Amino acid sequence: MTARSVLQQADIARALTRISHEILESNRGLSSVDGEADLVLLGIPTRGVLLARRLGAILDGIQPGAVAVGALDVTMYRDDLSKNPTRASSPTEIPPGGIDGKTVILVDDVLYSGRTIRAALDALNDFGRPRAVRLAVLIDRGHRELPIRADFVGKNLPSSAEERINVRLSEIDDSEEVTIG
Amino acid sequence: MRHLLSTKDLTRDNAIAILDVAEDMAGVADREVKKLPALRGKTVVNLFFEDSTRTRVSFEVAAKRLSADVINFSAKGSSVSKGESLKDTAQTLAAMGADVVVIRHAASGAPKVLADSGWIDAGIVNAGDGTHEHPTQALLDAFTIRRRLYGPDSRGRGLDGTTVTIVGDILHSRVARSNIWLLTTLGASLRLVAPATLLPVNTSGWPVTVGYDLDAAVDAGPDVVMMLRIQAERMNASFFPSAREYSRQWGLDDERVARLPAGSIVMHPGPMNRGLEISAGAADSAQSTVLEQVANGVSIRMAVLFHLLSGSDA
Amino acid sequence: MSIRITGATLPDGTSTDLFIENGVFVDKDTSTGSTTVDADGLIALPGLVDLHTHLREPGFEQSETVLTGSRAAAMGGFTAVFAMANTLPVQDTAGVVEQVQALGARHGYVTVRPIGAVTAGLAGERLSEIGAMAQSRAKVRVFSDDGHCVSDALLMRRALEYVTTFGGVVAQHAQEPRLTLGAQMNEGALSSELGLAGWPAVAEESIIARDVLLAQHVGARLHVCHVSTAGSVDVIRWAKARGIAVTAEATPHHLLLTEELARGYDSRFKVNPPLRRDEDVLALRAALADGTIDIVATDHAPHPVEAKDCAWDEAANGMVGLESALSVVHTAVVASGELGWSDVARVLSGKPAEIGLLSGYDTPFRVGSPANVTLYDPSATRTFAVSDLRGKGLNSPYLGRELPGRVIATLHDGYATVLDGELVDGDTVARAAHHG
Ligand SMILES: [Zn+2]
Repeated sequence: MTARSVLQQADIARALTRISHEILESNRGLSSVDGEADLVLLGIPTRGVLLARRLGAILDGIQPGAVAVGALDVTMYRDDLSKNPTRASSPTEIPPGGIDGKTVILVDDVLYSGRTIRAALDALNDFGRPRAVRLAVLIDRGHRELPIRADFVGKNLPSSAEERINVRLSEIDDSEEVTIG
Repeated sequence: MRHLLSTKDLTRDNAIAILDVAEDMAGVADREVKKLPALRGKTVVNLFFEDSTRTRVSFEVAAKRLSADVINFSAKGSSVSKGESLKDTAQTLAAMGADVVVIRHAASGAPKVLADSGWIDAGIVNAGDGTHEHPTQALLDAFTIRRRLYGPDSRGRGLDGTTVTIVGDILHSRVARSNIWLLTTLGASLRLVAPATLLPVNTSGWPVTVGYDLDAAVDAGPDVVMMLRIQAERMNASFFPSAREYSRQWGLDDERVARLPAGSIVMHPGPMNRGLEISAGAADSAQSTVLEQVANGVSIRMAVLFHLLSGSDA
Repeated sequence: MSIRITGATLPDGTSTDLFIENGVFVDKDTSTGSTTVDADGLIALPGLVDLHTHLREPGFEQSETVLTGSRAAAMGGFTAVFAMANTLPVQDTAGVVEQVQALGARHGYVTVRPIGAVTAGLAGERLSEIGAMAQSRAKVRVFSDDGHCVSDALLMRRALEYVTTFGGVVAQHAQEPRLTLGAQMNEGALSSELGLAGWPAVAEESIIARDVLLAQHVGARLHVCHVSTAGSVDVIRWAKARGIAVTAEATPHHLLLTEELARGYDSRFKVNPPLRRDEDVLALRAALADGTIDIVATDHAPHPVEAKDCAWDEAANGMVGLESALSVVHTAVVASGELGWSDVARVLSGKPAEIGLLSGYDTPFRVGSPANVTLYDPSATRTFAVSDLRGKGLNSPYLGRELPGRVIATLHDGYATVLDGELVDGDTVARAAHHG
């Protein structure tokens, strides 16, 4: 079975630019108080972190200093540890300003069952008390098992549960595209 | 990974994965909320047939930081024969639904017997068995060395090219055995230094060089000098003539520490006999990692428990 | 009662019919109502004699009794066993040895010859009542503190001399006690790795060297129990070359198994002396073939399950061996061509009887000799299992292992104790023993 490409490099770039503008719009009056960003993008390892960095760079170009970018590892917060292969954890990096009172935008590559995001919300709880939490994903493939939805979506991609969706990003993969199959 | 019985069973990738998870676990200690929910609903039993408050507390803190339920089961001094109590206790723990049993036992191989017995289906962690192995001590030693050498860039790395000299009672040391296999797997090269009486009779299959002269070993400028504890019961068993002679020949005193390269580190698994195998000055020097070793023990044990309880539908 | 055995192959390879009447071989079938055993394809060996068995009674009946040990022996093709002295009370008085001997005679599965303790209570301090045991109804001729070494050189000298007075022999468990404090397995690379306290070969070899020199000095006979190292073989070979009256035994397990089995800490493989290296096993086989080692003896050592269901350090030493001995010898030294069946008859029957001064085994199969016979099917194979054991001890190191051969029948003093590969029931055996 061969996988079919659904997003190319240019599509991904366009989607991220659009999401950046949506984020700005929904956070009007975005400011940096005392030089500290009001908005914190936290990527979920591995590819969510890369996407968060890209979004951060775009937003920084539009409004310098408005966002801080970090990473939030959710491995220890999953409820399915014993059912999946042991996964290596990755570092969590909370930006120096912390997350208390900030608007946190969780960033992931694919939204599926919603369990990763639930784990991320639990993890977030242990690091502070944000003013609001939003969710941005590159792909929403459906099949939710929890009442979770994304605020910013690059592309809705209805899929069968048997299909695999693969996000490849040039920072760590040898190509840049999203495939299904 | 179902059990942790010997560091011989760890591949390089396994070992590095545990050290990397321990890096994340170390971060938890710096947070306001020092707890992770990873092992919620799991039961970890500390089964100690030998007293060791240090190791037991370290495992207990590790399990609790991962939100596991912890049962401390001290099986020392039971009136039944020791053999029966291992089997009976194991069956009792199985009935209680233990997911992991952390066992400390005076008999070499007791954790392996438990793992192979069919008396209990839990994951088994060897927390020190006789004069055989103490795998979590070796992992925390490797973790400590890696952090000292590479700091924040430790993740993903082995100990390739690192020179480690282990000094003292190799014959009876489970810490030495576990370190020899693990540090070698991670790429370090090892030298053992001890009087011939405290070296195993045949180390021909071991990936080490062996010598008797601590001064020569110090002057070779190793990256790591690991001192082993001399147990009181060796004193009167003709392994060496006197504590004074041992200390003079194989103790790490201030003068020897001063001759080590500035970047070398001095390790000791504790508890130390200050003035015997290590001088107070050496133990408290900037090169000493004794306190870091204790702190790192919790992170490593968290990582080990996490590895045992994740990845298989236990 | 008469028995006719047809078509048996004798150890020398010839085929013959054997006729037995009133407990002895006769030259032809004279009676009409005789039992016939078809021995086509079976080897007829003289009844096997074990110079080293632990029957545990009196005192440790949870491990074995004279009856259960006798049944295990019969199942393994034995018709006589020498029962070691480490009972409770110790076999160090005429009363205890007579009791053990009488129990054996009452059950009738095998001839039980008690071994007397060398020192009172096996304590290694003063001689036991050696003369009284020798002159008792048990007629003790073999003396041993087995389980303990007679390590005191002066006491050993006296024992060798004193036993000579009664025509007996001292069987030494050669183990220098100070060199083996807390010992758990063969000392070497593997013990170093496993963290188990080592039992160095020199602890055995040094005692054997001392004892052969003592035996030479006082002109006494010495028997060495369970020789386990290549170095010991060298010492014994040297002693024999000098004309010293030393005999030696090897156990089946030391002829087949090595220390590698300790790697999993499975205490079924814990035994004293411990399993050794490959090169030791090969040296023992060669020594058995060239006569340096005279006999095979089982060191059958039954233990209750709980004595082995524990950590290695805490487990008891010992293995059961009576039921498996012949098959193990078969696979270790016959299959390799080092021993033929007539050698097997020598090392498992004639020679141990000679060392133990047990009569009736010097001219097997000859008309008028006691009819002690083992019929063995060398072409059978089996995966050795608990169901092959007949004693109380299940601590066999061979469980789950493929072994060749099977004992089909055992005849003790002219009556069957095993027929068609199964034990004859106790009442029948006891009746035959008392009316035979
Ligand atoms: Zn013995």
